[in-house]
Amino acid sequence: MMPEDGVVVRMKGIVKRFPGVVANAGVDLEVRRGEVHALLGENGAGKTTLMNILYGIYHPDEGEIWVNGKRVTIRSPQDAIRLGIGMIHQQFRLVQTHTVVENIILGLKEAFFFPDRPARRRILELSEHYGMKIDPEARIWQLSAGEQQRVEILKVLYRGANILILDEPTSMLTPAETHDLLRTLRRMAKQGQTVIFITHKLEEVIEVSDRVTVMRQGKVAATLNTSETNPRQLAQLMVGRDVLFRLEKKPIQPGEVVLDVSGLNVLNDKGLPAVCDLALQVRAGQILGVAGVSGNGQRELVEAIAGLRPVVGGRIAVNGRDVTRLLPRARIESGIGFVPGERWMALVPSMSVAENLILKNYVRSPIGRGIWLDRRAIAVYADALINQFAILTPDRHTPLKKLSGGNIQRALLAREMSEKPSLLIVAQPTSGLDVGATETIWQMLLAERERGTAILLISDDLKEVLSLSDRVAVIFEGQIMGEFLAEQADLEQISLMMAGALRLSDANVVGEAA
Amino acid sequence: MKAPHIRFERRLSSPPGLQVVALIVALLLAMITVGIIFYFLGVNPFVAFQRIFRGGFGSLFGLQETVTKSIPLMLAGVGLTLAFRGRMYNIGAEGQLLMGAVFATGVIRIVPDWPSYLLIPAMFLSGFLGGMVWAFFPAILKARFRVDEVLTSLMLVYVAGELVRFLVYGPWRGTDTRGFPITDEFPLASHIPTLAGTRIHYPTWLLAVLLAVMIYVLLTRTKIGYEIRVTGENPEAARYAGMNYQRVALLVMLISGGLAGLAGTGEVAGIHFRLRPPEAISPGYGFTAIIVAWLARLNPLAAILTSFLLGGLLVGGDAIQIALNLPAATVQIFNGVILLFVIAADLFAQYKIRLEV
Ligand SMILES: Nc1ncnc2c1ncn2[C@@H]1O[C@H](COP(=O)(O)OP(=O)(O)O)[C@@H](O)[C@H]1O
Ligand SMILES: [Mg+2]
Repeated sequence: MMPEDGVVVRMKGIVKRFPGVVANAGVDLEVRRGEVHALLGENGAGKTTLMNILYGIYHPDEGEIWVNGKRVTIRSPQDAIRLGIGMIHQQFRLVQTHTVVENIILGLKEAFFFPDRPARRRILELSEHYGMKIDPEARIWQLSAGEQQRVEILKVLYRGANILILDEPTSMLTPAETHDLLRTLRRMAKQGQTVIFITHKLEEVIEVSDRVTVMRQGKVAATLNTSETNPRQLAQLMVGRDVLFRLEKKPIQPGEVVLDVSGLNVLNDKGLPAVCDLALQVRAGQILGVAGVSGNGQRELVEAIAGLRPVVGGRIAVNGRDVTRLLPRARIESGIGFVPGERWMALVPSMSVAENLILKNYVRSPIGRGIWLDRRAIAVYADALINQFAILTPDRHTPLKKLSGGNIQRALLAREMSEKPSLLIVAQPTSGLDVGATETIWQMLLAERERGTAILLISDDLKEVLSLSDRVAVIFEGQIMGEFLAEQADLEQISLMMAGALRLSDANVVGEAA
Repeated sequence: MKAPHIRFERRLSSPPGLQVVALIVALLLAMITVGIIFYFLGVNPFVAFQRIFRGGFGSLFGLQETVTKSIPLMLAGVGLTLAFRGRMYNIGAEGQLLMGAVFATGVIRIVPDWPSYLLIPAMFLSGFLGGMVWAFFPAILKARFRVDEVLTSLMLVYVAGELVRFLVYGPWRGTDTRGFPITDEFPLASHIPTLAGTRIHYPTWLLAVLLAVMIYVLLTRTKIGYEIRVTGENPEAARYAGMNYQRVALLVMLISGGLAGLAGTGEVAGIHFRLRPPEAISPGYGFTAIIVAWLARLNPLAAILTSFLLGGLLVGGDAIQIALNLPAATVQIFNGVILLFVIAADLFAQYKIRLEV
C-alpha cells in the first residue's frame, strides 16, 4: 500500500510502561512527508519515550509502527536508520577531541576503508544544501552548542535520514542560534525532509511547525494544524486547564543593598577562570536576574556566594558584612539561602521528605536540642511546611525521590524560604518542570520578593529571567556584559550580549531607581 | 540484527519486598555454589550442610559456641554498620581487632595487680583506644588527603598481624610457655566472667548488645547521626548544608575501629587469657564482620541477629572441617561466596535486568 495520504510515520496505540509510570498510554501519531511536526508537552508527558520507541531505543509494550506504509518492527537505532529515521538527542554525543568529519563518519563501515576526502565533500554539500555553516576540520571542543548541534544534524543526514527527530533542540541555544536552527528546519521541510520537533516551548511551535501533536500524561491531547491554533489553546491542551500567563508583580521600592559583590574572581573545576572581576548588587525586595548561555560562569558565581567554591579574588558582602572567607555553615547563618541549579546537590533523594526539610535548621532549636534531634518538633515543622507550601506527598515519611519534580523543587524552595534568608540565590528554578509547576514556583519567588528578600536569580531561560526580574544582568564568560531594568529589556541587545558581541559601557548602564 | 544482549535499567525505587526476596535468593544461590564446591571436594553437599547446621545450631554445645563467636562479630559488625552508613569503607576491622587485643594485653603488663573491677574496664578502654588508633590512620588520610580508606585500612591488617607476631615471639613471650609464641597467662582478676560451663563471656555480649542499641540511637536520634546519614547518602548535600565532612569521617572510622578493638579485648580477656599469634586470636572475625554488617543492611540492631547467624556458620564450618576432613579455608570460601551474592542481590534489587533479542 502506498501512503497516498502522504503519511510517512504512523504510530498506533503505542503503550510503554516503566516501573510505576505509564510513559505512553496508547499514543497515536501521524507524521506527513515534508512537514515540520511539533511534538509538544510538559516535562514527563512522554515525548522522549515515544520518539525513543520510533528510533528503536525502547520497544513498545503494545502498539504498531508503520513507516512509508509498511508495518515495521524497529529493534535498534541501526534499524531506524535503515528506515531513514535519524534522531538528535537532548544531550550531544560527540567526541570532543575529534574533528567534525571524524565525528560524522565515526562508526560507519566505509570510514574504515576510505580516507575522509569524499566524506568531507559530501558534508560540505549537505551543509550548503540546508544552509548550515560548518568547518569540517574544526574540533568539536572548539564549537559552540549551536555548531555542535549542526554536526549532530549533519551526522544524521549523512546517514541518509529523511525523517529527523530533534529532542528539545533549542534548550542549549542562544536566542540567535535558536532562530538559525528554526530557519534550517523550515528549509529542510521545504526540500522534502520530514522533521519531528520535540519541545515544550509554545512560541517555537507557532514559529516553525506545520502541525502539532500535544501530549499530556502519556496520551495525545490533540493534533492540530498550527495555523489554526494559538498559544493559549496549546497551553490549555498541554496542562489541561487555563494557565496564568501574566505574572502579578507588585511594584516594590527596593531597600538596602543586601548582596554586594565586587571584583570577584572564581575558578571552575578545571582550574580555569570562570568568573572574572565580576561586580553586582542586589537590594532587599528586588530580583536581579542573571541571563546567559549556560556555562558562562553562572554556576561558579552562585557557588562562590554560597561558600561552596573558593574565591580567588574580590569581596562578597551580605548586609554589609564581609562573608568572603566564611565556611558554608557560617554563610547560612549570615542569611544566605541557596537553591542550586543541580537540585540533587541540595537534597538527599533516598531520605524522607521531613529529613530533607530539616537539612538547614537541624542544628538549631526547636529541631536540634543539645546533641539530639527532637522528633516531635521535626514532625510539626515538616507538616507545617508541607501544608503551607502545598507539597504534594503521601506523608512526611515518604522518600523524597518518590515525589514529582515540581514537588521536589517546591520542597527545596520551602526549606530555603522558611529559613527567612535575607538573600535567596535561585538557579534554574524551573528547569525540567512543567507549566503548572513553573507557575507555582514563580508565585513562590514573587511572594518571597514581597517579603523583602533580595533574590539573585540565575536562569538559562531568558523568558523566566525577563518575567521575574526587576533588573537583568547578562553574563558572558564570567563577566557582566550589561545591566538594565527588566521593562527596558531589548531582546536583540540581550542576544548580542549573551553571545559576547555587545558590552554596555558603564556609562550606558541604566541607573538604579532608588 | 543485533545478538541478544542483557541490559541493566535502574529502578526508580526498589520495593522492600523485592529486597528481602533478593536477599533470600542470594543466600540460596550462595548455598548452591558452595554445594558445588563441596561436591568437587568429594563431599556430599547435603551431608555437609546438615553438619554445618547441626554444628552451629543443632545442639546445646553448638549454640553456646555460636553465641561465643557472635560476640566479636557483633562488636566489629555494629561498628562497621556505622562506618558504612557514613560511606567510610573500613575493611580493616580485623587489624583494629588485633590492636585491641594488643592494647588490652598492654594493661596487664602495666598494672597486673589491679583488682578485677578496675582491670577489666581498663582493658576494654585500652582495647577501644587500640582499635581507634589503628583506624585513625586510614581515617585521617581519607579526611585530609582523600586517600582511599579501603586500601589503607586493609594494609594495616597485615601490619597489625605482624606486630602481634613480633610481640608474642619476642618481647612479650611468656616465661612458662615451653617455647610457644604466647604471653604468660593473664592474672585471674582480668578474666571476664563466663556463663557456667560455657565460654560465653556474657559481660562482653551485653556490652555488644548495648552498643548496638546505642549506635542505632546515635544514627536515628541525634544530630551527628543525621549528619552521618546525610554524608553517607549524598556527600555533596552534606557540604551544601555546611556539615563538617572531616568530623563525620573521623568519627565513624574511630568508633568502628574502637568497637573492633573491644572485640579483640573480649577475645584475649574472655577466651584465651593470653595474647597469641593473630591466627589464634581471630579466625578472621574482622572480615566476617563485613558480612554481618552487610547482611544486616547496615542496621546496627539487625547486626545482633546476623552476627548470631554468621557465628553459627563459623562453628558449623569448624565442625565439618574436622568431621569431613575439609581444608581450613572452607569456611572462608563460604563467607566470600555469601558476601558476593549478597552484594549482587543489591544490584538486582536496584536494577531491572532484561534480556533483549
Ligand atoms: N528509562 C526510564 N525508566 C523509568 N521511567 C522512565 C524512563 N524514561 C522515562 N521515564 C518516565 O516516563 C515518563 C515520560 O518521560 P519522557 O518520555 O522523558 O517525557 P518527556 O520527554 O515528555 O519529558 C516520565 O514520568 C519519566 O519519569
Ligand atoms: Mg524529554
